[in-house]
Amino acid sequence: MENNHLIDIQDLRVSFFTPGGEVQAVRGVSWFLNEGEALGIVGESGSGKSVSVYAIMRLLQHPGRVTGGSIRFNGTDILSLSEDDMRKIRGNDIAMIFQDPMTSLNPVYTVGNQICEPLKLHRNMKGKSARERAIELLGMVGIPNPARRLKQYPFEFSGGMRQRAMISMALACEPKLLIADEPTTALDVTIQAQILEIMKDLKNRRNMSIVLITHDLGIVSDICDKIIIMYGGEIMEYGPIEALYSSPSHPYTNGLINSLPKIDEEVGTQLTPIEGSPVDLMHPPAGCPFAPRCEQCMKVCLTEKPPYFEMEPDHYSACWLHYNRKGN
Amino acid sequence: MEKLLEIKHLKKHFIIKGEKAGQNRLRAVEDVSFDIFKGETLGLVGESGSGKTTAGRTLLRLYEPTDGSIIYAGKDITKVPIQPYRRKMQYIFQDPYASLNPRMTVGDIVGEPIDIHKLANSKGERRERINSLLEQVGLNSEQATRYPHEFSGGQRQRIGIARALAVEPEFIVCDEPVSALDVSIQAQIINMLEKLQQDMGLTYLFIAHDLAVVKHISQRIGVMYLGKIVELAETKELHARPLHPYTRALLSAIPAFDPQVNRARKRIILEGEIPNPLTPPKGCVFSTRCPYAKEICHEQTPVLRELSGGHQVACHFAGEF
Repeated sequence: MENNHLIDIQDLRVSFFTPGGEVQAVRGVSWFLNEGEALGIVGESGSGKSVSVYAIMRLLQHPGRVTGGSIRFNGTDILSLSEDDMRKIRGNDIAMIFQDPMTSLNPVYTVGNQICEPLKLHRNMKGKSARERAIELLGMVGIPNPARRLKQYPFEFSGGMRQRAMISMALACEPKLLIADEPTTALDVTIQAQILEIMKDLKNRRNMSIVLITHDLGIVSDICDKIIIMYGGEIMEYGPIEALYSSPSHPYTNGLINSLPKIDEEVGTQLTPIEGSPVDLMHPPAGCPFAPRCEQCMKVCLTEKPPYFEMEPDHYSACWLHYNRKGN
Repeated sequence: MEKLLEIKHLKKHFIIKGEKAGQNRLRAVEDVSFDIFKGETLGLVGESGSGKTTAGRTLLRLYEPTDGSIIYAGKDITKVPIQPYRRKMQYIFQDPYASLNPRMTVGDIVGEPIDIHKLANSKGERRERINSLLEQVGLNSEQATRYPHEFSGGQRQRIGIARALAVEPEFIVCDEPVSALDVSIQAQIINMLEKLQQDMGLTYLFIAHDLAVVKHISQRIGVMYLGKIVELAETKELHARPLHPYTRALLSAIPAFDPQVNRARKRIILEGEIPNPLTPPKGCVFSTRCPYAKEICHEQTPVLRELSGGHQVACHFAGEF
């Protein structure tokens, strides 16, 4: 497949083989991202949003396994790479920041040591030059007095500081793609605003592509160009954010939006929750995964998986309600 | 409006072991005064370490106050035996995983307050009450014999709410009751809390860091920073005319839902982080991060004063910038 997408995922499937049976966490997900674009992947716990990007980094842990599909990064099939070749990409071309800045730094190494690690590994930098670059990186993410901070251990950093340190580590080798898994969930809103500014700046100034995983539609609205809504291991709806926020066309997207208190809406607006509970991926339904909770559920929804209907250019919705639309 | 609770100059200090004398006093809540009106929801917002949870716990006397007074329905309850008041004042906890005893059945968890306050005359009556409480929060009576681990996060939060309702309270402190839940479940719980309030005439103190949730559920909002209330106003008023620089920064830090709103508006990005509460800044607690701070702000602590129609703010220059 020839195209110039930075990353292109086709029909990705991931399962966890637990003692209780196979949990199909990701069930046929396809998307792509171009250089300089930011994609938001939104979904609730268990929707498969994190698992799908762990697969990109080849960081799935036992008993998780990719069971089908392909992931191409810059034309290279990531899933067929040897672990040695993958290591050359990881932290170099694709970097990741994790949700919990408290547990994702190594407590027994200094922060400087951890930021220098990718530089030594991928850039053959040594001692002084690596340290100087690390100081520059820490300064770039707004850590005051970086030369002194470099010698400190993670426990001497606050949560926001650790997240900055992790971002600077991810940026060390100027990756083409930054994957951020709930990067601000553990942080206070004023600190979140600082981190989001840094990410916006990276995207605009360095043309970095970003995949942002979050449950917060506001954050996606703030920094992303495109959005994917996931439910039950599948993509329900995807498209440019303007289209999706102004005319959401999947009942799950609507449900999510209507159950969300928004800061920019009138006082006294009613919330409409989605009734029921999330789908059991050990026994995934035959049709649309959202059907059992969907108020507009039809007979066909329970038995047959809907295809993606094009609502507007680049805006797709996996819902049978759009079957009779013009052109489908 | 009738005042249900009056909090006057409430202080809660913790002494931290292993710190130097003179620097070991953590002023989690420092001279906080506010009223809670009967039937309202007062939202209390602030970032980690602002003292909002400590304030909520201290006014129920889950922590004994260091100083100040708590007046409930006209009676000073700061020093009296608290158990009779536990029937009127209850607490819903943040973490639905940690706040239920894993060795107790759901029926016994919800039944415990009934036993303590001797609200049932027979086993049958106790069972009936438990069943009706479970139904009230959207669970069913068969679930009374199950254990907490068999429930999802949202269902556990419902159990915690049923336990708080067991004594038929008048006032409930809801401490981040939805922050551990997914969006769709969060809305179920928020709607239920609103319905219960209407049906039973409850008064809530709603503590949360999510300003969108607080805006949705509260009639009035208090903003805390480093142990102090820096601003308190009606919800609409606070969002339309935030007067304290911290409130402004806080409100502007939250991404809006509408992408166009986000692109159009200007952010106030605060520098730095909340200071160490063991060594709070002199003068105004916010002065180290405030873009408008002048000399006086580093010297004198501003008091919470009323500017217009119930809008209170603690800033030397409120309304001037």
